Amino acid sequence: MKIENPRSRAYKIISLIILVILAFLFLFPLYWIATGAFKPAADIYAQKPVWWPTEWVSNNFQNLFTKRSAPLYQIGSLEGPTAPAAFRWLINTVFMSVMAMLITCLTAAMAGYALAKKRFVGRGILFSLIVCAMALPKQVILIPLLKEMSALGLYDTLWAVIFPTVGWPFGVFLMKQFSEGIPGEILEATRIDGASELKTFSTVVLPMVKPGIGALAIFTFINSWNDYFMQLVMLPSGNNFTMPLGIASLQAETSIDMGLLMAGAALASVPIIIVFLLFQKYFTQGITMGAVKG
Amino acid sequence: MKKLLALLLAMTMVMALVACGNNSNQKPAENTPPAPAENQEPAAPAENEPAAPAATSEITLWTYPIGDWGDEATVKKLTDAFTAETGIAVKVEYLAYADGDDKVNTAITAKGTPDLIMEGPERLVANWGANGYLVDLKDMFDDTDMSEINAVNEGVMNACTHTNGAIYEYPLVMTAHCMAVNVNAFKEAGADQYLHLDTHTWTTDEFINAVAALYAHYNDTVGAVYCAGQGGDQGTRALVNNLYGGAFTNAEHTQYTWDDPLNIQALEQLKSMDGIAFDASLAGGDEIAKFYQGALKMAFCWNIAQQLDPNGAKTGAEKTVTGDDIAFMSFPSQDGNSKLQGGIWGFGIFDNGDQARIDAAKQFIKYMCDSAHTVDAVKAARYFAVRTTAEGTDLTGIWADNAIMNEYTKLMPYLGDYYQVTTGWAGARTEWWNMLQEVGAGQDITASVAAHAATANSAAG
Amino acid sequence: MANPSKTPMSRALQRRENVAGYLFMLPSLIFFLGFVIIPMFICIITSLTETNMTDPGLFGQFIGLRNFSNLFQDEIFLKGLKNTFLIVIVSVPAVCGFSLWVSSAIYKLKGPVLSAFRCIFYLPVVTGSVAVTVVWKWMYDNYTGILNGVLKSTGLVEKGINWLGDPKTAIWCIILILFTTSVGQPIVLYVSALGNVDQTLVEAAQVDGATDLQVFWKIKWAQMMPTTLYILVITTINSFQCFALIQLLTQGGPNHSTDTVMYYIYYTAFKLTEQVGHFGYANAMGVVLAIFIGALSAVQFKLAKEK
Repeated sequence: MKIENPRSRAYKIISLIILVILAFLFLFPLYWIATGAFKPAADIYAQKPVWWPTEWVSNNFQNLFTKRSAPLYQIGSLEGPTAPAAFRWLINTVFMSVMAMLITCLTAAMAGYALAKKRFVGRGILFSLIVCAMALPKQVILIPLLKEMSALGLYDTLWAVIFPTVGWPFGVFLMKQFSEGIPGEILEATRIDGASELKTFSTVVLPMVKPGIGALAIFTFINSWNDYFMQLVMLPSGNNFTMPLGIASLQAETSIDMGLLMAGAALASVPIIIVFLLFQKYFTQGITMGAVKG
Repeated sequence: MKKLLALLLAMTMVMALVACGNNSNQKPAENTPPAPAENQEPAAPAENEPAAPAATSEITLWTYPIGDWGDEATVKKLTDAFTAETGIAVKVEYLAYADGDDKVNTAITAKGTPDLIMEGPERLVANWGANGYLVDLKDMFDDTDMSEINAVNEGVMNACTHTNGAIYEYPLVMTAHCMAVNVNAFKEAGADQYLHLDTHTWTTDEFINAVAALYAHYNDTVGAVYCAGQGGDQGTRALVNNLYGGAFTNAEHTQYTWDDPLNIQALEQLKSMDGIAFDASLAGGDEIAKFYQGALKMAFCWNIAQQLDPNGAKTGAEKTVTGDDIAFMSFPSQDGNSKLQGGIWGFGIFDNGDQARIDAAKQFIKYMCDSAHTVDAVKAARYFAVRTTAEGTDLTGIWADNAIMNEYTKLMPYLGDYYQVTTGWAGARTEWWNMLQEVGAGQDITASVAAHAATANSAAG
Repeated sequence: MANPSKTPMSRALQRRENVAGYLFMLPSLIFFLGFVIIPMFICIITSLTETNMTDPGLFGQFIGLRNFSNLFQDEIFLKGLKNTFLIVIVSVPAVCGFSLWVSSAIYKLKGPVLSAFRCIFYLPVVTGSVAVTVVWKWMYDNYTGILNGVLKSTGLVEKGINWLGDPKTAIWCIILILFTTSVGQPIVLYVSALGNVDQTLVEAAQVDGATDLQVFWKIKWAQMMPTTLYILVITTINSFQCFALIQLLTQGGPNHSTDTVMYYIYYTAFKLTEQVGHFGYANAMGVVLAIFIGALSAVQFKLAKEK
């Protein structure tokens, strides 16, 4: 039984009030995007901020959709129908993020398991290398990476953004931490049963590190979705633009047509916010798992 | 679990295969042969230019927002007409001044440069041309071309030509950069008495008085010396230089002279004015937008294309978003006889080592800059043509029906020296806006000017 | 990190472990070596050369350590270095402290309320840095931004503050945005860590008459140490990813007050200045930054191991 003293109760109430205020402040940019996207030009350009649209209009979205166009998709020489470029940006971004997520999860799960459970020579050095490279900002290797992509013929393709994301060793680190928790006895038992390494991995290891893969998937997906820098450097042509690049190019071109920019920002963030709200439970679970083990 | 693994693998591989084809502007060699041009022969084939059989089916053009050359619908009309006549498709990318240079430089590093680039001599000649990335276009000019261009302005070809003799830009349009005022706001503040709207000129004293009157009325910043970056810096340079008659470079274009006392005097004057702010959060484009939305009462980054379509917003010529009247003005100077900065825009060709593509790009330039279609290309830019005639088509009268354009020709005689091709230009303009930021932050003006001008000169060699 | 087999392995077994280990590592190693280690290696070599954009090859003329000695006389670089550290030193403790406070205030709330709060603080993370930056740019705007609008209408300031145009405020504006996009994950982590604290220990302490504060520091804080270290690591990583904010808001200005080493590398390489394409020099900055970051990571992990 706890005895609440009045001071701690007062503290609780005050902190709750502050929290609510903070929550509103955190929500405000989103609110500003959402209303800004539907404000008429008069509200946008008003000298005094207009808190609520005087009239809800859709022409910001119309401008966004008519400003640039691009084929909806492009597979080999097969081009899709011409559509507003914003849809192409969205498709590119989804493709890029999903690919980065899938490849990262697969390779990192395997590597993490090996680092945690296989006593191979050079493992210590590899792990130190991974730890040191983890916090490395991509700007450091910008120029060599650009030249490398150019040499591989990947410059101006989405792969030039996907591959470095996969190469970023945070995933391996995370999966190693998870794989540490697999009891050695179970692995030993499976081996004695005569299972191959690959079978052991897929039937024993993978199910046990599933939460870790979830965490990594979310992490990679969001990171890749937001990786403006690599996209800026690697993707010059409009057909390969991603959502962040698209909005940034709108900002650079139109400077202050905030209605248009907010429409773009809304379009860019709504899909991922919906994904987040739908899978919120897995997000928090996944993130937490990552840390508890790490 | 095994199934999941297999599925993951399979998906990865399929998607990898699928997306490998996404590589869109990299492989000229793999392009299919050109579509037969005969099928799409235009109704009235241009008699002057026999469509040469194209060896390349697609070229790429990167364009900065030069009038409506930044507008997809307009450019598409122009390039579609070109494709119909020649069978060469044009893939266009639209650059912004904020990060366009970075993209071009990145592309140069990655060997992914476009075939054509549209901008002015300060980038094409003084930078990319000087560094050997562009093709010399000298063979595209014969004596007729030269005389047609020189008949408009003798300085144009000079600006497009590098000191080594190579011509790196084929000019299309030109203008004089000016400033603009919000006439309604000036009237409201009683500052319109200082404007000579018939001649579009004013003196330094009139400018100072007008700003004071505006500030007294609005009690807020009315004009911004923007310095977030190099974008639109021709405006701030022209403002500072004209105020007391200073110069940016010497006449021979060998040295930066903006540290002369007249410029320092101008900077000190501007810094001391209440209504003028040195604003490091704005670049030229932002300043235009702030003026267009009515926050600023004057814009130093202005020209005829803006006058015809303020902020590129398509809300009507000569009007702000709220419907106030905009008047273009020359920059203030002591006798009202200012030297305006010129803008010359045209095309350059990147040397991608493929002669067929270079030829196709030249075909494009010829089509846009010197043919019966030049009228459309010039009108899209909303500037003045750099030549009198293009292969027999008279260009002098193309804006005759446009009253605003006619009025604007009053400013053209004030066109000053095109010094933006002085050696070390890219460095000099960087020094310029960094210096303005320092002045704005309150550092000693004389010292700051001296330091930055010296750095600029060390690059000028 | 318990060693599963304490006894020395037989040679055959060792070979099997080697083969299996490297086969499992292989897919990941291809990407890691190909797109991180090899570029890093090239970066180190080029930093000792005069490589330029105009050079056709990968490396230019060897000039030893001259790039590095020039670097430490380059005022802009030193400013950038200072700002980089300022961002890390301010935002990492701020994020950790703030998220710890928020979590301790909300973790006992009812389920839906708790998840609502968690959601709200996490939203800026998923919204995406560019979308967030664009809207903040509008809010900071000194003519029509909401911040100045509110300050002016409440009479707190007479003239609008030029948030992004003033060298004194610009970097703090950037840190604030970075902060709002960084606290989401730590809050989620701390909430669950607080929920997992061993209640028997807490109750025992309370019986012994410990105050709430003492309980917090002596028991909960100690038990959350691994979480805190993990948060330190990811927040540090996050703080180095502020490129988009700087590119889209200030481009390093005014007066280089928001230049970071990360931005200055890009600036030196690709911005159209007289130094454009000075790759050797830019890579030298990369090497210096990598050394600092490597050291920082090493310290953090040493700490993590000791705990």
